[in-house]
Amino acid sequence: MKADPKGVLTGAIFLDGDHACAEGAIAAGCRFVAGYPITPSTEVVERIADRFPLIGGMFIQMEDEIASSIAIQGAVWGGKKAMTVTSGPGFSLMMEHIGLAAMTEVPCVFVDVQRGGPSTGLPTLPGQGDMMQARWGSHGDYGIIALCPNSPQECFDFTIKAFNLSEQYRVPVLLMMDECVGHMTERVIIPPADQIELYPRRYYDGPKEEFLLFKPDKDMVPPIVKAGDGYNIHVTGLTHDEKGYPAMTVPAQEKLVRRLIDKIKLNADKIVEYKEEQVEGADVVVVTYGITSRVAIPAIEQARAEGMKVGHLRLIVAWPFPEKRIKELASKVKAFVVPEINYGQMVLEVERHVAGKARVELVGHGGGAVHNPKDIYNVIKNSVKG
Amino acid sequence: MAEDLIDVNESMPTNTVEEYLRMDRMPHIWCPGCGIGTTVNCFAHALEQSNLDLQKVAIVSGIGCTGRVAGYINLDSFHTTHGRAIPFATGLKLANPELKVVVYSGDGDLTAIGGNHFIHAARRNVDMTVILINNFIYGMTGGQVAPTTPLTATASTTPHGNFEDSFNLPYLAESCGAVYVARWTAYHVRHTTKAIKEALAKKGFSFVEILAPCPTLFSRRNKLGDGLDQMKYFKEQSEIKNDIDTKTASLSFQGKITVGKFVDRERPTYLDAMNEYYGKKFGDKYTPYNG
Repeated sequence: MKADPKGVLTGAIFLDGDHACAEGAIAAGCRFVAGYPITPSTEVVERIADRFPLIGGMFIQMEDEIASSIAIQGAVWGGKKAMTVTSGPGFSLMMEHIGLAAMTEVPCVFVDVQRGGPSTGLPTLPGQGDMMQARWGSHGDYGIIALCPNSPQECFDFTIKAFNLSEQYRVPVLLMMDECVGHMTERVIIPPADQIELYPRRYYDGPKEEFLLFKPDKDMVPPIVKAGDGYNIHVTGLTHDEKGYPAMTVPAQEKLVRRLIDKIKLNADKIVEYKEEQVEGADVVVVTYGITSRVAIPAIEQARAEGMKVGHLRLIVAWPFPEKRIKELASKVKAFVVPEINYGQMVLEVERHVAGKARVELVGHGGGAVHNPKDIYNVIKNSVKG
Repeated sequence: MAEDLIDVNESMPTNTVEEYLRMDRMPHIWCPGCGIGTTVNCFAHALEQSNLDLQKVAIVSGIGCTGRVAGYINLDSFHTTHGRAIPFATGLKLANPELKVVVYSGDGDLTAIGGNHFIHAARRNVDMTVILINNFIYGMTGGQVAPTTPLTATASTTPHGNFEDSFNLPYLAESCGAVYVARWTAYHVRHTTKAIKEALAKKGFSFVEILAPCPTLFSRRNKLGDGLDQMKYFKEQSEIKNDIDTKTASLSFQGKITVGKFVDRERPTYLDAMNEYYGKKFGDKYTPYNG
């Protein structure tokens, strides 16, 4: 389906990443946002609060991030597309409800504008230290999708993509921005609404008496209904059967949790997305995401100018991770170089799939700034030498 | 002839509240003598007596013994996370204002871990009915002290007795802005049913506290006998005092219990306030939000 033209600010406009994210949500049809102020994400909800009254949206500033992260789930069962927005400490507070959304298969979007951590850390400065938390932060096992924009344009585009993926797989989707991307201002092209493709909510349309809230389709994703539709649904965070009733047995746990993982894992080829540049024939592949994918460019270009064969693989979707591609490349290249604004998170995933077939070098950074491209260049240079 | 007097059609429910319950989930988990089931019966009767379109009524619970209520009620029902039924209900109600949203949970869930949400939903006057079952203890986890445990009572985490003051919940609810506040006990089934019915009919944040026996974890540890003994206590020590100052409605260990309807007032709901404000602010450009 196409976007509702109401609220879509078609044209070329200067926006920071946070505001672009808000516009992306509006274009995606999001009409319920709950949030709590936290730097550097607040501008997203400020723009939403400004824009929603005249386009029929409901914004509510809740009493904390815990409330925000579950209010959006109530709103989804009430029939809305819904999102919450936060940063590090707030993201930590939302973990339990990411688990609830995964367990009860609530399509919704969580935005984390990453800042330096841990704890209060560096509230106004960038970090990329929440990447493993995005994958594993809530207790128990579940599948998740996380996207990494590197520009205001992508904050707009990927917010729409996040909503689409959440609807397609009935899963919470995490938009992993960072302070730099959130606060940089660039030109953003907002297409006409009829050129914005949206994935419609998968409402059940079969016979009422056969309806089961958690009975999956062939792609392992169950269709949904909303409260008030007359199905008398029961939704619980307890392990449940296809009807949604608590079923606290080993087989029920195996059936449900296995599917929550597999619906992402076995559909990964359709979800995984990355951008490659000069990877074929490269000796070294630099693996990046978010703002670091831009910071690495001068380093890569300098190395190439000096004759080194350097490829660039940028993660668009960080989770699920492009493990097949990394495995393929592992036997073709000498080394992978992974710059990230943390002391080693996504690099662990690269190492896991490279499995010793090539060197894997982290270019870590504690946060508060982006890398100096020279530091990335030096590691590339040393890696090419082998 | 008996056949003339009794409808023997076997497909008829044998109990009128059955249609409000998920009979396929019976038996329930509650202990013998527990008061929660009694309150559910009152709730079902209140629904029966209300004019609500049941297809548009949703129930939300948190976690705990009372948190299991949502799982037994034959409505759209949500068993959420510990303490967070109210913000879930806030999202549900504001997404679809056509729904009547009921939060049904326990004292620990709603006023300890969920206390922040309770006060803010009351302050905003989000249109929902909160039914709080107060059994003075954390039941599901094994009898730990709660913000409602009376002074000196024993709990598994206050084995030498509780020295913290407990909440006076009607006072809390009133001071935060609730438009309807009542307290009854599981002994007062008719009053409780009536109070729930009134709360359901009230627009805004309505609050009904119902004291209930927990024979397994509260009464036994405190040597108060069984569920029946606790009901006798409710019967003998309750004083109906409608419209009193809620400041005076504190509870004490096995002391007098003030019950009644304490607050029934009007305040604009969150949604009404928003629509009125934006209507004035934006004039014709604003379309009142209605989901």
